[in-house]
Amino acid sequence: MADPIRWARYRWQRLISTEGREGSSSNSSNKCYQSSKTTGKHRTVIPCLGHFKEEYEKVSKLYMNNKIRTTKYTLLNFLPRNLFEQFHRVANLYFLFLVVLNWVPLVEAFQKEITMLPLVVVLTIIAVKDGLEDYSKYKMDKQINNLLTKVYSRKEKKYIDECWKNVNVGDFIRLSRNEIIPADMVLLYSSDLDGICYIETAGLDGETNLKQRQVVRGYSEQVSEIDPEKFSSRIECESPNNDLSRFQGFVEHSNKDRVGLSKENLLLRGCTVRNTEAVVGIVVYAGHETKAMLNNSGPHYKRSKLERKVNTDILWCVLLLILMCLTGAIGHGIWLSRYSEIPFFNIPEPDGKSIPPALAGFNMFWTMIILLQVLIPVSLYVSIEIVKLGQIYLIQNDIDFYHEKTDSTIQCRALNIAEDLGQIQYIFSDKTGTLTENKMVFRRCSIAGQEYCHEENAKRLESYQEMDSEDEDSADHQCGFLTHRSKWRGHDCRAVNKPLNRRSLNQLSGSYPALVREDGEGDVPHSGHVAFSSPIETDVVPDTQLLEKFSQISSRSYQQSEEEASSKLSLETTYITDFFLALAICNTVVVSVPNQPRQKMRQSSLGRMPIKSLEEIRQMFQRLSVRRLSSSPLPSVKESSSESPNSFVSKRSIFRMKLSSPALDGAAQRAAERHNTDSPEDSQVPQELDTVNVAAGCEHNNAASSIELSPLPKLRYEAESPDEAALVHAARAYKCILQSRTPDQVTVDFAGLGSLTFQLLHILPFDSVRKRMSVVVRHPVSNKVLVYTKGADSVMMDLLRTASEGTNNSEMEQKKIKERTQKHLDDYARRGLRTLCIAKKVMSDAEYAEWLNHRFLAETSIDNREALLFESAVRLETELTLLGATGIEDRLQEGVPDTIQALRKAGIKIWMLTGDKRETAVNIAYACKLLEPDDRIFTLKSQSRDACALVMSKILEGIQKNTSASKKTSQKLGSVSASPSTQAPGFSAGLVIDGRTLEHVLHDSLQSIFLELTEKCRAVVCCQATPLQKSIVVRLVRNKLKAMTLAVGDGANDVSMIQVADTGVGISGQEGMQAVMASDFAISQFRHLKKLLLVHGHWCYTRLTNMVLYFFYKNVAYVNLLFWYQFFCGFSGTSMTDYWILILFNLLFTSVPPIVYGVLDKDVPAEILMQLPQLYMTSQKSVAYLPSPFWITLLDAFYQSLVCFFVPYFTYCGSDIDIFSFGNPINTAALFIILFHLLIECKSVTWIHTVVIVGSILLYFVFALAFGATCKTHNPPSNPYWIMEKHMTDPVFYLVCLLTTCVALLPRYLLRVLQGTLFLSPVLRAKHLDRLTPEKQREAIKRWKDDSIVNCQVEFQATSGSSSSATGAVSEEESITFIINSLSISKGCSEEGITHCMSQI
Amino acid sequence: IYLSFSRKHEVDTLTKVHNRLIGTKGEARPSRCPDNSAFKQQKLPAWKPQLTIAAVLSCFFLTGVFCLSVGVCLIMSANSVREIQIDYSDKCSDCSKLRENSSNWNKECHCSINFMLKEDILGDVFMYYGLQNFYQNHRRYVISRSDAQLLGRNIQKSYCAPFTTYRNGTPMAPCGAIANSMFNDTIDLFYNLNSSVIQVPLLKTGNSWWTDKNVKFRNPKSYNLSSAFAGTARPPYWQKPVYLLDEEDERNNGYVNDDFIVWMRVSAFATFRNLYRRVRRIRQFADGLPAGNYTFHISYNFPVTKFKGRKHVILSTMVWSGGSNPFLGIAYVVSGTAATLTGFVITVIHLKGHQNTDLHFKNYDLIESLD
Repeated sequence: MADPIRWARYRWQRLISTEGREGSSSNSSNKCYQSSKTTGKHRTVIPCLGHFKEEYEKVSKLYMNNKIRTTKYTLLNFLPRNLFEQFHRVANLYFLFLVVLNWVPLVEAFQKEITMLPLVVVLTIIAVKDGLEDYSKYKMDKQINNLLTKVYSRKEKKYIDECWKNVNVGDFIRLSRNEIIPADMVLLYSSDLDGICYIETAGLDGETNLKQRQVVRGYSEQVSEIDPEKFSSRIECESPNNDLSRFQGFVEHSNKDRVGLSKENLLLRGCTVRNTEAVVGIVVYAGHETKAMLNNSGPHYKRSKLERKVNTDILWCVLLLILMCLTGAIGHGIWLSRYSEIPFFNIPEPDGKSIPPALAGFNMFWTMIILLQVLIPVSLYVSIEIVKLGQIYLIQNDIDFYHEKTDSTIQCRALNIAEDLGQIQYIFSDKTGTLTENKMVFRRCSIAGQEYCHEENAKRLESYQEMDSEDEDSADHQCGFLTHRSKWRGHDCRAVNKPLNRRSLNQLSGSYPALVREDGEGDVPHSGHVAFSSPIETDVVPDTQLLEKFSQISSRSYQQSEEEASSKLSLETTYITDFFLALAICNTVVVSVPNQPRQKMRQSSLGRMPIKSLEEIRQMFQRLSVRRLSSSPLPSVKESSSESPNSFVSKRSIFRMKLSSPALDGAAQRAAERHNTDSPEDSQVPQELDTVNVAAGCEHNNAASSIELSPLPKLRYEAESPDEAALVHAARAYKCILQSRTPDQVTVDFAGLGSLTFQLLHILPFDSVRKRMSVVVRHPVSNKVLVYTKGADSVMMDLLRTASEGTNNSEMEQKKIKERTQKHLDDYARRGLRTLCIAKKVMSDAEYAEWLNHRFLAETSIDNREALLFESAVRLETELTLLGATGIEDRLQEGVPDTIQALRKAGIKIWMLTGDKRETAVNIAYACKLLEPDDRIFTLKSQSRDACALVMSKILEGIQKNTSASKKTSQKLGSVSASPSTQAPGFSAGLVIDGRTLEHVLHDSLQSIFLELTEKCRAVVCCQATPLQKSIVVRLVRNKLKAMTLAVGDGANDVSMIQVADTGVGISGQEGMQAVMASDFAISQFRHLKKLLLVHGHWCYTRLTNMVLYFFYKNVAYVNLLFWYQFFCGFSGTSMTDYWILILFNLLFTSVPPIVYGVLDKDVPAEILMQLPQLYMTSQKSVAYLPSPFWITLLDAFYQSLVCFFVPYFTYCGSDIDIFSFGNPINTAALFIILFHLLIECKSVTWIHTVVIVGSILLYFVFALAFGATCKTHNPPSNPYWIMEKHMTDPVFYLVCLLTTCVALLPRYLLRVLQGTLFLSPVLRAKHLDRLTPEKQREAIKRWKDDSIVNCQVEFQATSGSSSSATGAVSEEESITFIINSLSISKGCSEEGITHCMSQI
Repeated sequence: IYLSFSRKHEVDTLTKVHNRLIGTKGEARPSRCPDNSAFKQQKLPAWKPQLTIAAVLSCFFLTGVFCLSVGVCLIMSANSVREIQIDYSDKCSDCSKLRENSSNWNKECHCSINFMLKEDILGDVFMYYGLQNFYQNHRRYVISRSDAQLLGRNIQKSYCAPFTTYRNGTPMAPCGAIANSMFNDTIDLFYNLNSSVIQVPLLKTGNSWWTDKNVKFRNPKSYNLSSAFAGTARPPYWQKPVYLLDEEDERNNGYVNDDFIVWMRVSAFATFRNLYRRVRRIRQFADGLPAGNYTFHISYNFPVTKFKGRKHVILSTMVWSGGSNPFLGIAYVVSGTAATLTGFVITVIHLKGHQNTDLHFKNYDLIESLD
């Protein structure tokens, strides 16, 4: 609850600390901006040039400059500020209070200096830590601030080198290739001819693929570099905000024309310019106002559950302290009032009077607080912090988390919640990329209702699985592949001539996988690693049947005129062509060539060809196509080749041209013209010629084509999502090759037809609401506006053109296709494939123009832009014609089913939250054993809330009935599971719920029944869930069930869920780093979760709880020694131990062993924890840290302190012992007791433990001896001079220490022994296993596993804690009853199961 | 979607890029694979104590036997101690009444107490004075001293208040409440042998710790003691100044006076004894105190009625294990017995438990064979 406040404070402090200029301190969050009068909601950016000068002074000075300061402190304010921050901790305040209290003479208990010591030590340690951290930040800031960049200078009229920190809003910056962008700026010029700039955002989000940014419209036409002097526009944009994916604003030219700005025009700070020679931009946000810096939210504070509990226990300690102090105060008052006159050992005040007993008692209360302060363990917080650091260090160094392929290991980003890993009750997992590899492999497709199952491809994948282990990369493969590939191409051509050489093709594809290794990169990330490009994803073996059909098309004319649409074959070919075109075009893939890294593959343009008018060309084309079509249906090589000379020029022009209709706005026209006037490269012409030749026919010899085509496989596709990449690669396998992509054109090398350049009119990007994306292109041949849409079938099917009349032949056909495709889709989903529907729409120019109008309005509006854009997208994506569907496989990650089973056995409920469709999700759920075949699956799929409620209550009823039924049967059998609260073993349910229903279910009124239902189910699968829903579900479970939740995901869509959960785990997979950035722990594989939770979670939790308990014990035991003495010194607050030793006891002599214990103790070895996930349940229910262990510990501490005090007391009672000589054996015995107590609690003692414990004892003696030998007057009131030396020669001292230690530790020892023998907790049992020989151990574990099948069920359902905590209490009875009962137990059931039954009875 | 952005990452990347730009190549990046060392993999060889009954049985019995034997030794040695304790607070009631009024501090008061030793006290005999209900361990009393002064130094700052100086500014030597309240009764022991009274020779020195006498307490340096303490005054309750504590023995005078040193070692409890004298083993007393009638002659100065206290005089011998207090021996015997008994109990439990587990496994096998 306190987290948001804390966060807000953190932000606020950062704001204060980062004020760059006056007046700009109130920024960086939107709210501040809105209230700020000077800036308002928008910001105006004006260049600091020419006639704008005055206005510039006025406006831009209000904005921050680019200097950043992330440090918290300066040299001057370090001390006050650090102290100020440290005293925000209540514990520190408490100790400050004590120090101050000790300065009050009336209540002073110790020397003033001594009381300050612990506080000073703690403060110093933390201050040094903070200081070092801040210093490294400072150095880093300095380095960044002093990076150089080229800024336009007014004086010198050119770009000069300037430090980053001197960059201001409104400056023009010129960047070259590979330079880092110093501030957020609007792109005004790019050396790229299309006005594109490529940036790498790895610094921002970790995504390594290139992103395109575009020059502001209107500036892209400029051929020469923009001249800042002539820039006379002003830029209006929104106030700084942290949304990386949004930027809105417009450029207002001097003539009041406005051009919209979007995130496509914005270069973000921290990104790197790639592939672009030079860019110029104007800075709009600088320094701390850049999006990158605003997103730098700093460390996130999470408080672990344990820490919260510790705080309540500390409150108990405070209560205890107050009680003890009250006892002292009252005791002192009574003691004083017994004397009628002042005894001379009660020293009067300086004025000779003495204070009344009541007042003396009151003063004594405060004295006692100082004296007994150690009860509140100041060192506890510091120790917990150190222990957590140690634990994190060990987790990070676990070699099992190392993933060789990516050279990554676990990252712990949150340092203080390691022990929460041991208490996870719910795991919410993403599917794609988390459970699966997120390597999308094209598996099947269905086109026009016809399925192509790609058997050869499946074979290839199988062979990959075998090959997965041996990951060699050598250049030979590449060569082999290339030659092979070209041969294969030649093969295809022949296949056209001699129709269907199926056998050879089969052979070919059979041998294919073994040979294919594209550029040998495998998974190993090199500097030029491209996401989603492992060979397994890129190499698709075409389906022979489809290939055959396809090659038929390729040899025919592509153009389908209306007259021909009647033919069924041609209809199908249209579909196929369109389908593959859609695959190739409908995406945002960036094409580059790997040999020249990130160099854009640019289609050479034809240059200054004497071209005729557009109309002419079209006519020519039409003539051509008619002639071609009128020839034989299977056009022969000869014909086409004979044709080629004729059509050569024209065809070339057509393919290169972008035909634009006059109805369009000028943009396309302009683009086309520009294209034609592009600088020519004559040398390219012959090559072009070849291409067309190949396209026209297929008679070229192998050699020629191999030369020609060899560059093709080198194209590298950089996709934003793996699905896209998979589809593009699939299209490529069918030689529908995406050649290049620029903002306004896409070039596809279409099989035999050569390059087709589509004019790209719009891209409607994918979003999770629409669940589809579309591209609008103008077809180069037909000159029609085409819309290609791909998306989830659930939404796509509703958008299809409905057969309203039903009479039309093609409509009927379409309907049939739809039905068949749906069938195929269902089939795909059942196989666990990800499905996508591909559809197309042909628009008339009029329709398009109308839509364009709307679109334009939407794009230029600032305020409601998102909604308007969305609306316009929806308007466009209607009346689609279904082309087909694809099935993409996303393979399960290694070890996922095993991990899920183990986690399940550990009593963790696993929910799968995915955006995929139901069938796919369920299928993956089965595949990863989230659902078992004999589970009963309930599917929630209701349209309304009421229906939903009804269905849920029905299901609940059903479950209850089922439970009671099986309960009866089990009772008959006398089974263990007779306990009423549990459901019968063997019965398990799974719940599947889809996104729309989830919406209803998450409504307040249904939440409780939904949760009740989910508690009955062993697995819940939420499909088609949006990111928001995911986080709502997590929050629901976390808040309503008070359960510990863990969310694991890999993508941006999981970020909100990861942040909501108690523990967020990010998988550093293929989808960038967003999830990792938001997470607390980042792992590389889902299977690592098993060890992270079962081993490290268990260890961290038990270690920390035990250490915390031990700390309480230690402090209570030690402080009580002082308390007991008060009964013998008239409650006057005397300490029988020297103050120095008293303070150092906690600070020095007994501080290291608990820390070592907290970091290194190992109750059960890792292997056994992995094999017996059930052990996780003990920590999950926080058995170790229930109230009872706390109080037992305190009780034990009281007992031990009593022994430790009274054995010496009675020994020395009535003798001539002096006060410090009496304290010495007590203190020494306490040291032994406290250290040996730790030894009893230690589950494994390594040499480190030994060294530390022996070291502590030695240190104590050395200190005491040295102190006793040297200190005659150094320590005025207390004087331990020679006491230790004297005692060391006295046998009674040793005898006292020995007896005290033995008697004090006996009960704890006995308890542990009895626990270790009689009331074995599972953890102890597991510990015993460790002793056995490997064979015996294996056997025992196997037997245990069998046992716990029953137990697991029982335990799993048990309400938290009650069963296990009862273990101790009932065990005596249990051991007796056990003999009687054991015969009636059907299947071996371990003790704890029985105990559970007993506790139920 | 809210994007969290790690600054560290940015910095990393920036520096990386920067490095690349300026030519320092961090190419050969070491693998991030953690070391496979026993410590980092948490596989250090460890002793895992097995806290089961079977493992610790011997431990219990051994402890038991050891404690029992030590306890018997202790009890035996404590029993060999002869001790006689005489409460003289009532027997000198006149004196105590006199001392109740502090104005009579100058008046001397004597009383004598007769007692009979039924048997010889052999060995070194120690004479203690005992006080009851005197809270020497009161916090403010304990600190009311100046160790620096007792080392013969001048004191600037001390915890002695209000017993630091007189009103006129004369410092008290020694200062502080402890010194001020020093026990100042004089006790002499007489042996009545056949109506003749022999004073038992008592040693005044050697009763304090060697280190106290020789290191911790020093007189101020001067040609003689009275000049050393010139300019100081005795504490208000004292009858004579500190340099007259023992006029006979120069080395037992001033701060290094044994009685003073012993008193300054503040006792731990409200009821305590302090060593006063030792019997000098000469003549009749060479073997200790022979049986017979004795008389204590006490010069009664120390008032105890004010705080409802009592005074004793104690004659006692000493053994290696201390005085006559049998507690430690008894405690050892008791805990030894307890440990042994526990050992037996858990043996029984263990045997019974063993049967249980046997039965359990038998059942288990039975079930398995049925399956």
